[in-house]
Amino acid sequence: MNGPLHLDLLTQLLPEAVLVVTALIVLLLDVRAFRGESIAVRMSRAAWGSILGLVAALGVLRLEIASGDGPAATFLLQGPTQFLKGLVLLMALATVVFAIPGRFTRHVGEFFALVLLATTGLLLLAGTENLLMLFVSLELVGLSLYALTAFHDRRPESTEAALKYFLIGGVAAALTLFGMSLLYGLTGSLQLAVIGTRLAANPVSPLAWAAMVLVVAGLGFKIAVAPFHLWAPDAYQGAPTPAAALIATGSKVVGFLLLVRVVHIGFGSAAAGSAGALPWRPGWLPVLAILAAVSMLVGNLTALRQSDLRRLLAYSAVAQAGYGVLGVLDPAPESRAAVLYFAVTYALAVLGAFGVVALLESAGIEPTLDGVTGLAHRSPLVAGCLGIFVLSLAGIPPLAGFFGKFFVLLHAVDRGAALDRIWLVALALGTSAIGFYYYLQILKRSLIRPESGVAPALPLPLPVSPLNRAVLVMLAAGVLALGVAPKLLLEPLGASAAPPVTAAAP
Amino acid sequence: MIAWPLYLSLFGALAMTLVRRPDSPLPRRLALGISLAGLAAILVAVIRQPPGAEPVTLLRWDWIPSLGASIHLAADGLSATLVLLTAVASVAGVLFSWNVRERPREFFALYLLLIGAMHGVFLSWDLLLFFVFYELAIVPKYLLIAFWGSTRREYAAMKLALYSFLSSAAVLAGIVVLAAGNVPRSLDLSLLAQFPVADRVQAWAFPLLFAGFAVLAGLWPFHTWAPTGHVAAPTAASMLLAGVIMKLGAYGCLRIALPLMPEGARDWRFVFGVLSVIGILWGALVALRQRDFKFVIGYSSVSHMGFVLLGLAAATPLALSGAVLQMVSHGVIAGLLFGVVGRMVYDRTHTRDLNELPNFRLDRTLPGATWIFILAGFASMGLPGFSGFIAEVHVLLGTWPVSGRFVALAGVGILLGVAYTLRTIHQAFFAGDGIPADRMPPPLAPLTLPEKLGAALLIASTLALGLYPRVLLDWIQPVLAGPHFVGLRRSLGL
Amino acid sequence: MNSLPVLSLITLTPLLGVAVLAAWRSAEGVTARRIALGTSLLVLAQVVALLVRFDTDTATLQFVERASWIPSLGVDYFLGLDGLNVLPLLLTALLIPFSLAIADPPADRPRLYCALILLLECGLLGNFTALNFIHWFLYWEIGLIPAWFLVRLWGGPGSRAASDQFFLFTLAGSVALLIAFQGLFLAARTFDLIRLAELGRAGELAGTLATTLAWTGLDATRLGPLLFLAAFAGLAVKVPLVPLHTWLPDTYAEAPTPVTLLLTGVLSKMGVYGFLRLLAPVFPQEIRALLGPLLILTVATIVLPALVALAQTDLKRLLAYSSINHLGYCLLGLFAVLDAAPASPAWDRERSAALSGALVQLFNHGINAAMLFAGVAMIERRSGGRRGLEDFGGLRAVAPRLATIFGIALFASLGLPGLAGFIGEFLVFKGAFALVPGAAVLAVPGLFLTALFLLTLYQRVFNGPVNPAWKAFPDLTRREWLLLAPGVLLLVLPGILPQLLLRWVNATVVVHAGRMLPGP
Repeated sequence: MNGPLHLDLLTQLLPEAVLVVTALIVLLLDVRAFRGESIAVRMSRAAWGSILGLVAALGVLRLEIASGDGPAATFLLQGPTQFLKGLVLLMALATVVFAIPGRFTRHVGEFFALVLLATTGLLLLAGTENLLMLFVSLELVGLSLYALTAFHDRRPESTEAALKYFLIGGVAAALTLFGMSLLYGLTGSLQLAVIGTRLAANPVSPLAWAAMVLVVAGLGFKIAVAPFHLWAPDAYQGAPTPAAALIATGSKVVGFLLLVRVVHIGFGSAAAGSAGALPWRPGWLPVLAILAAVSMLVGNLTALRQSDLRRLLAYSAVAQAGYGVLGVLDPAPESRAAVLYFAVTYALAVLGAFGVVALLESAGIEPTLDGVTGLAHRSPLVAGCLGIFVLSLAGIPPLAGFFGKFFVLLHAVDRGAALDRIWLVALALGTSAIGFYYYLQILKRSLIRPESGVAPALPLPLPVSPLNRAVLVMLAAGVLALGVAPKLLLEPLGASAAPPVTAAAP
Repeated sequence: MIAWPLYLSLFGALAMTLVRRPDSPLPRRLALGISLAGLAAILVAVIRQPPGAEPVTLLRWDWIPSLGASIHLAADGLSATLVLLTAVASVAGVLFSWNVRERPREFFALYLLLIGAMHGVFLSWDLLLFFVFYELAIVPKYLLIAFWGSTRREYAAMKLALYSFLSSAAVLAGIVVLAAGNVPRSLDLSLLAQFPVADRVQAWAFPLLFAGFAVLAGLWPFHTWAPTGHVAAPTAASMLLAGVIMKLGAYGCLRIALPLMPEGARDWRFVFGVLSVIGILWGALVALRQRDFKFVIGYSSVSHMGFVLLGLAAATPLALSGAVLQMVSHGVIAGLLFGVVGRMVYDRTHTRDLNELPNFRLDRTLPGATWIFILAGFASMGLPGFSGFIAEVHVLLGTWPVSGRFVALAGVGILLGVAYTLRTIHQAFFAGDGIPADRMPPPLAPLTLPEKLGAALLIASTLALGLYPRVLLDWIQPVLAGPHFVGLRRSLGL
Repeated sequence: MNSLPVLSLITLTPLLGVAVLAAWRSAEGVTARRIALGTSLLVLAQVVALLVRFDTDTATLQFVERASWIPSLGVDYFLGLDGLNVLPLLLTALLIPFSLAIADPPADRPRLYCALILLLECGLLGNFTALNFIHWFLYWEIGLIPAWFLVRLWGGPGSRAASDQFFLFTLAGSVALLIAFQGLFLAARTFDLIRLAELGRAGELAGTLATTLAWTGLDATRLGPLLFLAAFAGLAVKVPLVPLHTWLPDTYAEAPTPVTLLLTGVLSKMGVYGFLRLLAPVFPQEIRALLGPLLILTVATIVLPALVALAQTDLKRLLAYSSINHLGYCLLGLFAVLDAAPASPAWDRERSAALSGALVQLFNHGINAAMLFAGVAMIERRSGGRRGLEDFGGLRAVAPRLATIFGIALFASLGLPGLAGFIGEFLVFKGAFALVPGAAVLAVPGLFLTALFLLTLYQRVFNGPVNPAWKAFPDLTRREWLLLAPGVLLLVLPGILPQLLLRWVNATVVVHAGRMLPGP
C-alpha cells in the first residue's frame, strides 16, 4: 500500500494548515511590523487577522470526505467530526472577539498565535483515532494552553496558575502516555478500533485495567473531572479571560469527544464492567462512574461558596464534567451524539458567561457576585443574555442545558430492564439542585433594583461594542434555539433522524 | 381551539416586552384581554365539541426523533377541565392584580408566561414536553415572589424554587426511568400507557415519581414551602400558586404516575394514603393556630390538597373523579380566599394579624369583602351547594373500599376545617363588636369593580360546580374509564 | 303527577325575597319586614293551594318531581309529598311569617335578618320535600347556616359560644350522617330514600353491606348497627335526644326570641322528620334489635329535661327544656311502631295510632311552642328583655288577654283534653302502652313533671300578687291579638275535631306503619 500522498494529506487537513499559516503570519506581522503601535491597535489588528484565518479555515472545512485507508484511517473525517471541528472554530472565533478589548499583555502576536495553534491542536485531536497522533495533538493543545494561561502581565496569579496547570498537565500527560504504551503492548496496535477488538477478545486482565485507568485519568484531567481538577479554578481565574474561555469551551468539547472515542471504540463494551447493582465488575465503567460522582459532588458543593464568577464557573465546570461523563457510560453509538450535544451546549453557555466576564473586566469591575449586582438595570441586554446562559447551565427548559442533561441522564441509566445505575441519576439530580441555587443567585443579583437600597456595581451602562453585542446575542439565541429544537444539533452530531423503530408489543 | 389559551398566553408574554413605557396601563389591559380571550376560546371549544375519552390532537411535530419525543399537544376531558380551571383562575388573577403599580410590564409578562406554562402542562401529550412546561414554571414563580411579594419574600421565593426544583428532579428521574426502560422508544403518552415498565422497577420508581409530583401538590411532610410561599407571594401569584400550580403536581400524578406505573400505584396506595390523611389533619390543625390571616389560608390549602392526594392514592374511579373535582373546586376557592385576604383586606389595612384586624371592624367598613369571604369560607368548609362538598363526597366514597379509617380521619379533617374557618371568619371580620363605638376605625376604600368582577366569577364557578357537577363529571369520567387508564384499572382489579 | 313543578317553586320562592332584599339597599326595617312577610305569605298561599289539591286518601307520593342530577353518584333531583311531610311543610309555611310578624326585626341590619329568615325557610322547605339523600342533605346544611348567623349576630351576650356549640354539634352529626349514608350508597348504589326504604324493609341491605364492605372485616350483624348508629347520631343531635342535647338550652336562650321560635318550632322537626323519613324505613331491623336502649334514651329525653326544667328560672331556658321533653313523645311513638310484636290487624291499629300520634304531635308541638315563645316575646317587649321567672307576678290582673292566650298555649302543651296537644300525646301513649308498655309507663312521670313545671310557670308569672314593677304592664294590643288568634284556633280546633289533622296523615300512616316493619 502506498504511503499517504502528501498532497492528499494537505487537502484533508486544509483547515488546520490554514490556521497554522495564519498563526505564523499574525505573529510575524505583529513582531516585525506593528511593534511600535499601541496595544489597542495591535490587539485589534492581530484579532482581525486571526478572525480572517478562522473564517478561512471554516470555509475550507469540508463536511463529507470519503473514508477509507490512508489518511482517513489516521484522521477520522466523517460528518459529525467535521461538524464538531466547525463548532470548535466558531468557539475560537468568539474567544478572539472577546479578546479585542483586552489590554492584558504586550505580547499580542504571541497570544493570538498561541490561540490559533491551540485551535489547530484541537482540530487535529478531534480528527484522529490513532494513539500516537492523539498524544501529539494533546501535547500541542496542552502546551499552547499552559502558555496562554500565563499571559496576563498584571496578575501575579496568572503565572502561578500556568505553572500549576503545566505541572499537573505534565503529570497527566505522563500517565496518559504510560497507559497508551501499555495498551500498545497489550494489543499491538495504535488504532483505537483495533485495540478495541483485541481487548474484547481477551478477558480484562489487571494490566489492561491499569492501562484503561491511566488513560482515563489523563483524559479526565483535560475535561477537569475531580480529582484531576485542581488546576481549573486557578486557571479560570488567573488566565486572561479569552484564554480561560478557550480552555473552558473548546478544550472541553474536544476532550469529551476524545473520551467518548477512546472509551467506546478503544476499550469497548466488553471491557466495561458494571457500576449498578453490587457487586461491581471491574472495567472502565466503575472508574468513570466514581469520577462522575465525585465531580458532581465536589464541583457543586465547592461552587456554593465562591463569590468570584470565574472560580464559580470553574467549579461548576467540574460538576458539569461529571454530568457529561455520565453520558459516556453507555457504550451504545447513540450516546455519542448526546454527550457531544451536552458538551457543545455547555460550551456555548460558558462562552457567553465568559464574554460577560470579559465585558465587566474591561469596564473595570471585578467579576464577582457583587460585581453583577444590578446589572439588569444598567445593561438589560447583557443581563438578559447572562440570565439565559446561567439558566441553561442550571438546566432549566426550554434552554439547551436542560436537554443536554436529560440526554446524558438517559444514557447514564443502564438500558436493561433493571435500570441499574439509577443511583447516579439520583445523585446528578440532587446535586443539580445545589447548582440551581448558586446559578439562581447570579440571576437574582443581576435583577436587584437600585431603589432597593443596594447600590449597583456599575455606575453607568456597560460599554459594549456592536461586535461583542452581536456575539453575545448569537450565543444566547443559540442556547435558546438548540433547546427549542435540539435536533438541529443532534442530527449533525450523528443522531438518527428517524424515529426509532417501535418493537413488537411484549 | 382548546390550545388557544396556551398560544395566546405565550404570545402575550412576548408581546408584553414590546410595551415601551414601564408603567403604562397597557400591560394589565393586555393581560386581561388575553386571559378573557383564552377563557372564551376554551368555553366555545367545549361547547361546540364536548371533550371525551379520546385525546384530540391539536399539534404534532417531530421534535427529537432519536428519542421519539414530539411536540404533541392533545386534549381529552381531563385536560379540558384543567385548562378551563386555569383560564378562570387567570382572569380572576388579573382582575385582582389591577392595582399593581410596580413594573406592571414585567409582572404581567411573567404572569402570562406562568399561565402559558400551566396550559402547556395540561395539554402536553409527550413526556418530555410535559416536563419542559412543568419546569418552565419555576423561574417565573421565583421572580414573581422575590420581587413583588411581601413577608420574607426572598427566603420564601428561594425555598419554593428549591423545593420545586428538587421535586421536579425526582420527577425527572422517574421520567428517565420511563424513557429508558420502555421497549418502544417513544415519549408519547398514549404509547407509554400501553407498555408499562417492569414491576421490579416500578417498586422504587413509582414512589419517586409520585412523590416528586405530590410535593408540588403539598404532600406531607414536604409541604412547608407552600404556606411560606403563598404568604410571601403577591395576590395574583398566591392565587395561581395555590389555585393552579399545586394542581400541576396532582395532574402529573394522575396523568403520568398512576397510569404508567399501575403496579407501583397499587403497592404504594396505603403509604400515600396515610401521608395524605396526615396532611389533611396537620394542615387543619396548624391553620387553627395561626395568627396571620394569609397563613390560615396557606395551611388550609395544604389540608384541601390532602383530599386530592387521598383520592389519587386510593385510585378508584370515584376517588379519582373526586380528586379532579377537588382540584377544580379548590382552585377556584383558593383563588377567592387569597383574593379577599391579599387584595381586599391586606391592600387596605396593611396588616394580616388576626389580633389587629378587629380594630378595623371589617364587617362594617368592608361588608362586601366580609360576605365574599363568608361565602368562600362555606365553600371551603365543604358545605353542600358549593363545589367542595361534591368533590369531598366523591373522594370519601371512593376511598371507602381502600380504608374506612382514612374516610373517618378525613371526616375529622372536615370538622377541623369548619372550626378554623369559623374562627377565622369571626376573628377577622366580626370580632370588632366589643370595641367601644368612639374608637372609630379608619375608613377603607370601597371594593373596586375589578375586585367585584373577579370575586363574582369565582363564586359563580364554585356554585355552578356545586349545583351541577355533571358538566365536569361528563368530561372526566369517560377519560378515567378510557384506554389511558386501562393498566391502572387492571392492576387494581376494577 | 303535575307538570308544574309546584314543590320546587314553593322551595325557591323565599329566594326571590332574598334577592329583593339584597338589591334594595336603602330598605329600612319596616320595609324589609314587609318584603320578607310578603314572600313568606306567598309561600303559605302556595302551600294552602297545594293542600287543597292533596289527595288524602292515598299513600302514594304526590306532586312528584324527578330529574337526573349526578348519575355517577345515583343522585336524582327528587321531590314528593305524602302524609309524612305534608304537615311539616304546612308548619314551616305557617311559622315563618308568624315569627316575622310577632316582633320587629332588630334595629341592627334588618335587611340581613329578614334575608336570613327567608333563606332558612328555603332550607326547611327543601329539606321536608327532598327524597334523595344528597338533595336532602344539601337543604339540611342550608338550614344550618342562617340559623348560625341568626343566633350569633343578634343573640344575647353568650351568643358566640352558643352558636359555635350549636354549629359544631350539628355539623359533627351531619358528618356522621353523611358517612353512614355513604356506606349505604356503597351497598345499594343509590341515594334514593324511597328505594333505600324498600331495600331496608326487604332486608336486602344488610346482605349487600356485608359484601361490599367486606374489607372492614365486619359481618352483616355488626355493619348494619354501626351505620345505623352513625346516622342515628347525626339525627339525634338535631332532635335532640339525650345525651346529645346539651347545645340546645344555651342556643335557645341566647337566640333572639323570634329565632328561638323557629328553632324550636321548625328546626327541631327536621331531626324528627329525619328519623321518620331516613332512619326508620331504612334500618328497621337495627332499630328493632336496639329497641331497648333506644327506648331508654327516649324515656330519658322525656323525663330528664322535665326534671331540669323544674329548676330553671329563665323563661326561655325553661321552655327550651320543655321542648326537648315534648319531642321525646314523637320519638316514643315512632319507636313503638317498630317493636317486636308481630304484624296483625290489632297490632297494626296500635301502630297506626302511635305513628299518627307522632306525626300529629310534631305539628302540634310546632304550633304550641310557637305560641309559647310568642308569649315570651310579648313579655320581653314589655319588660325590656327581662324574662326571669322571679321577675314577674300577677300579670293576669294587669294583662288578662295575654294571660289567657298564654294559658291556652300552656294547657295545650300540657295535653289537656279538648286542646290540640292532647291528640298527639294520647295517640302516642295509646300505641305505646300496647306495644312497649315498659317504656310508656316510665314516660308517664314526664307528663306529670311537665304539668308541674308549666303550672308553676303560670303561677309565678301570671297568678299571685301583682309585682309592683309591672303595674303598668300593657296588655295585648289589638294587632297582637289578631296575630295570635289563628294560633289559638289551631290549638283549639284540632282538639275538638281531631280529624282536621288526622285526615292528612291517615292514609300514609296505615301503609307506613305496616311497611316499616321488617320483612316482606
